[in-house]
Amino acid sequence: MKAVPVRLRINDVDVEATVEPRTHLADHLRESCRLTATHLGCEHGVCGACTVLVDGEPARACLALTVSLQGHEVRTLEGLADDALMVRIKQAFHEAHGLQCGFCTPGMLVSAWDLLRRCPDPDDTRIREAMSGNLCRCTGYQGIVRAIRLAARPGR
Amino acid sequence: MKPAAFDWVAPQSLEEALALLAEGGDARPLAGGQSLVPMLNLRLAPADRIIDLGRLDALRAVHEGEDAVLYGALTAHAAFEDGRVPDAAGGLMRETGAGIAFRAIRTRGTIGGSLALADPAADWLVTLIALEARLHLRSVRGGRVVPAADFVLGPYTTALAPDELLCAVEVARRAPQSRWGRCKVVRKAGEYADSLCVVLHDASRGFARVVLGALDGAPLVLARTAAALAAGAGDAALRATLEAELLEREAGDAVARRRHSTCVRRAVASTVVGENS
Repeated sequence: MKAVPVRLRINDVDVEATVEPRTHLADHLRESCRLTATHLGCEHGVCGACTVLVDGEPARACLALTVSLQGHEVRTLEGLADDALMVRIKQAFHEAHGLQCGFCTPGMLVSAWDLLRRCPDPDDTRIREAMSGNLCRCTGYQGIVRAIRLAARPGR
Repeated sequence: MKPAAFDWVAPQSLEEALALLAEGGDARPLAGGQSLVPMLNLRLAPADRIIDLGRLDALRAVHEGEDAVLYGALTAHAAFEDGRVPDAAGGLMRETGAGIAFRAIRTRGTIGGSLALADPAADWLVTLIALEARLHLRSVRGGRVVPAADFVLGPYTTALAPDELLCAVEVARRAPQSRWGRCKVVRKAGEYADSLCVVLHDASRGFARVVLGALDGAPLVLARTAAALAAGAGDAALRATLEAELLEREAGDAVARRRHSTCVRRAVASTVVGENS
């Protein structure tokens, strides 16, 4: 099972590595790139904790083989640190109690960012539908929905 | 869990991919990976070799004909959801794509991968059987076209030979006056369906087609129910015909049949009320 050389653009930096074909993107990010904002919960696409952006679209890092992403662009939560929308979402999660233990939060933030980018003023139904692929075992989701509403309409 | 080790190869052309498939062994084609990779992670699907189709842009192409649209097998669910590809079925393809799992799955999961896996509760299967789609299969031996209803033999079982690849899905354009309805029963948004029904109805030419999925086996084409709908049966008569047909076709126990009956009737009702196309 031969290791394969691969080059990805991760958070605007070209990263070259040699990986086993079975290495999924989340392990590559965490273990080789030390980008540990991406969390691993279920490792089969259900919990959403590992959600990152691949070519600008949200994707499960646990369901993408690193070797398949040769030449593609990956953006993790670290790579959105200076993004104005993400700064606003993080602040709203802080203010509206959108997290408790924080394990699901990186995936929540990326999914919320993607929702607000595509749909800047979602109602609660739309927020809940869009966030249904991210599981939280602490908050009961009320604070998360409130936070996203707040990020969408900071004045209210 | 992590997958067991496997070899990986990414062919640059369809011909190369077909030649690799023809070599045999425990090789699996990888499309969007949204079902195969979880199965690899859980070690449910042993594979010695993954044939990664990601570089085959030909399988991502969409061709618009006068009477039909040919969708490349690697067209992502999100491409339908976002209207980035034409909808041959007046909105039904879009609604089907948008209703699958979660956005982060829909950006990578593909129509061809979903069909080739043939999960009995999967969304595309029911929609494409209803639309009488034609599936284009290729191998080094040549190509053939299989109707969607004949493609699925049972749960996770298809007419694909081990060396064959599903390359494209051909969907005939629906007439503008033709209506569709769809109902999906799920316990939680994004889950696999507990019942799934697509109804096509064109009263002007007395045509109806009703397909029910999320069963123990392949989706069922409910021909008697469709005939009753086409003949303009009222609610009570339609329900009697439907429930007799579900019993006859062994669509689960009494609880499951009640669920399926409700699902079909909701799908039918949505064609009457909604101006979907």
